[in-house]
Amino acid sequence: MNRSGVVQFVLFFVYVLVQVLILRNLVLFNTAFCFLYIAFILLLPIETNPLALMVMGFVLGFTIDIFYDSMGLHALATVLISYLRNYWLAAITPQGGYDSNSTATVMANGLQWFLVYSLPLVFVHHTVLFFVEASGFTLFWYTMLKIVASLLFTVSVFTLLQYLSPQRRRL
Amino acid sequence: MERLFNFIYEYRAFFTFLVLELVCAWLIIENNQFQSTHFFNSSNRVAAGLLSFSQSTREYFSLRTINENLARENAELRTRLERELQVQALDSVTLNDSARVNQYQFVSAKVVANSTHLYKNFITINKGSFDGIEPGMAVISDQGAVGKVKSVSDHYAVLISLLNVDEQVSSVIKRTNHFGSVKWDGLHMRYSNLLFIPRHAAPAVGDSVVTSGYNAIFPEGVLVGIIREVNLKEEAMFWDIRIELAQDFGRLAFVDVIKSKLKTERDSIELTTHGEVK
Repeated sequence: MNRSGVVQFVLFFVYVLVQVLILRNLVLFNTAFCFLYIAFILLLPIETNPLALMVMGFVLGFTIDIFYDSMGLHALATVLISYLRNYWLAAITPQGGYDSNSTATVMANGLQWFLVYSLPLVFVHHTVLFFVEASGFTLFWYTMLKIVASLLFTVSVFTLLQYLSPQRRRL
Repeated sequence: MERLFNFIYEYRAFFTFLVLELVCAWLIIENNQFQSTHFFNSSNRVAAGLLSFSQSTREYFSLRTINENLARENAELRTRLERELQVQALDSVTLNDSARVNQYQFVSAKVVANSTHLYKNFITINKGSFDGIEPGMAVISDQGAVGKVKSVSDHYAVLISLLNVDEQVSSVIKRTNHFGSVKWDGLHMRYSNLLFIPRHAAPAVGDSVVTSGYNAIFPEGVLVGIIREVNLKEEAMFWDIRIELAQDFGRLAFVDVIKSKLKTERDSIELTTHGEVK
């Protein structure tokens, strides 16, 4: 395992701990949840192998499920965005392509690119998560409200966090 | 055959995706079935330990309310004890059936983790099978009904909260004696709905709703909530009744798990007559 591999390994636990110890208790206006943990999948290097990505998504989602008592729910949503991630990255390649070893972050590709990249993926994740949890469309509008509120909350938090991250200077 | 392998290899990402999603879907469906003893939930020791650390930190901020509640409960229990003692002194009828007198046993437990904002909320408590807790037992607090035990590990248990869209509690309006089911609609953590109260009943705002004791899980007469809104649509079979839950789930700290000694006996006689356990 190379150096960045170790960093990712540690980051995995950091994301899980932050999610279950802090963000699990933090729900704004009864509707806005912050599922920061998916940033682990979204911010991985662009050239990550899709198989590894999905396995990591599964393990991550499953770990979160243990704490939310929602067997398979977070895993389902996270595997889905892990699968879609690389196709979406390919679809929004900027002119001239990505730099080699580039990461999918604001610092590497700019804020506008990052929002175009993350908003749809997080939206898909939240949509699957909330509708499967509600097991159907009976509470359609209330669930949509939860999805949109959580989308804004989650994306703002992990976009802002990137401006604070120590990697910024190196990039 | 080789072409088949080539095909699978070429689309390996998609197939991995498919397999993982099927596993997840299976887990979700499996988990929705009612009682179980899963290892992979928050009753697992590592997860529960971590959550209880988080909870104990947060508890400092609500110590005052917890204290007040405990003191109030204490006072109430003392009054009741006093009354019971006096009644016993007045008429010394001895009940010979000790199983019925001690039908319900209470195990006090601390809440380790609790959620209120999801559609399917669960509560983790710090007592498990070592303290005699089993899936299916009822859980109440000093304020009212809380939920049912879903799964247990050695030292922890996960409860289905009343704030879970899959949970129904057989209840009765205390004043009119009409039976219905309390079922949460997933919207507000203070309010739930009382279903299946027939047209001819006359529920009124302010009536208390208590457990019916029809399913041997909850003892009879545990407060579930107070009716806050009644509404009867034209041509509807049942009333739309909104109740305010007695227990504020946002500030749940201690609960009592109820062991019903006669449950097995009752279930088995019901099974032999109806062919199913209610």
